[in-house]
Amino acid sequence: MLTFPIYLDNNATTPLDPRVLEAMMPYLTGKFGNAASRNHAFGWHAEEAVDYAREQIASLINCSPKEIIFTSGATESDNLAIKGVFEMYASKGNHIITATTEHKAVLDTCKHIEKIGGKVTYLPVNAEGLIDLQQLEEAITDKTILISIMYGNNEVGVIQPIREISAIAKKRGVLFFTDATQAVGKIPVDVEADGIDLMAFSGHKMYGPKGVGALYVRRKNPRVKVTAQMDGGGHERGMRSGTLNVPGIVGLGKACEIAKQDMEKDTARLSAMRDRLEKELLTIEESYVNGSREHRLPHVTNISFKYVEGEGLMMGVKDIAVSSGSACTSASLEPSYVLKALGLSDDLAHSSLRFGLSRFTTEEEIDYAINHTKEAVAKLRGMSPLWEMFKEGIDLNSIEWAEH
Amino acid sequence: MAYSDKVIDHYNNPRNVGTLDKAKNSVGTGLVGAPECGDVMRLQIEVDENQIITDAKFKTFGCGSAIASSSLATEWLKGKSVDEALAIDNMDIVEELALPPVKIHCSVLAEDAIKSAINDYRVKNGLPALEIPKSHH
Repeated sequence: MLTFPIYLDNNATTPLDPRVLEAMMPYLTGKFGNAASRNHAFGWHAEEAVDYAREQIASLINCSPKEIIFTSGATESDNLAIKGVFEMYASKGNHIITATTEHKAVLDTCKHIEKIGGKVTYLPVNAEGLIDLQQLEEAITDKTILISIMYGNNEVGVIQPIREISAIAKKRGVLFFTDATQAVGKIPVDVEADGIDLMAFSGHKMYGPKGVGALYVRRKNPRVKVTAQMDGGGHERGMRSGTLNVPGIVGLGKACEIAKQDMEKDTARLSAMRDRLEKELLTIEESYVNGSREHRLPHVTNISFKYVEGEGLMMGVKDIAVSSGSACTSASLEPSYVLKALGLSDDLAHSSLRFGLSRFTTEEEIDYAINHTKEAVAKLRGMSPLWEMFKEGIDLNSIEWAEH
Repeated sequence: MAYSDKVIDHYNNPRNVGTLDKAKNSVGTGLVGAPECGDVMRLQIEVDENQIITDAKFKTFGCGSAIASSSLATEWLKGKSVDEALAIDNMDIVEELALPPVKIHCSVLAEDAIKSAINDYRVKNGLPALEIPKSHH
């Protein structure tokens, strides 16, 4: 049986797995202690739970439990990594390399770095959404201290060549940070094999709770340190002060444990459903997948339906919760900067929908999404002047549009 | 952001979607907006010898508010004289559809589409085009 609306916006956030909630419950009730209280059982229980979560997380990403710094989420982790490295390695240089398709938490942090005297290079991406490794290498100077390239993109799901990037970073003696918020828990991420020095991720993108995330900070080969961005009690090896969010951390740990255990099974099921959804939607005339289909997360597809506007389309598929690259709701009227970075024209960027599946998505829900998207596209094209012109063979580029 | 009931009604049951014969002298066509901006409206009016708008049609590429604004505009235009149509202000549309501030541009576009259609009709019939104030932009 279907329950409406159907949730297909799992790159924005995922539902909490019931097994995660179950693990968290005791720490929201009786076991409420402060993990920093060293002198009584309440504190010991909390600390023990946090230590166990660290191990669960470390086991998923193949690091030492000591290399996990808990934060409030990926945005904080991104800020801590970039600002923290910038401060800590100020004597070495002031140049950071990132890419134009990064999440705003990285891009806006880099903008901040520029304001306080740093230099940032924003690498472009190709039509597939991938950076050019040669351009990356050429961008490195003797002042470069950090390369910040995301693992999997939140809008199109494109996976960057992480191992090649880290090899370049290592060769040139530059630290490599990756925002892996969309990747951890979805695809195998191994900080050793991948050569990652710092990595941000969060609970609520992998069926864990909101308000908790982590920053992986390498301790060996090389030993990496970041300057704390909040002053306080010196928690988390002095890198992130603040009383630990014990129930959140327990939830993140459990989410990682489940991800490790179910990943293979989930990935196979999700990619098969995603591929079916995509194949069916591509039978719609003038529809296009955005970004690489080869180097991509298994649970997401981003499709432009030419000549219909994304927000209008979302209203047409109101029983399905998806998101659009159209930014008709924002004052700027600027469509997705990620899609534009891939070289999409503004009108195609305005016409995109992102479908993100989860381990709770069913075949029945996909059937519904396919049918309703097809119906809505047909209905909106029926009232689209652009579709009519296209059908009459009019070149839309030949028209002098009144910009507004 | 939730849409008002009136926007949802116009979106679900758009009035007067369609195309009039733009070759006819009695038909005025306004095409405003741009695909890059995510909004394109085409509004057409048919005017009789008494300067009364007898028919109006639209097609819109845009969000729900843009579709509703143009649908409402065609509803209002039918039966009005050309002069009365010129008096339609975008804020009338904002009020009727309860558009939030971020959607005011949709109503501006609808007003522009009306004026642009009237101008097309005027020029076709040997009248000078009226100046459309760009104050909203």
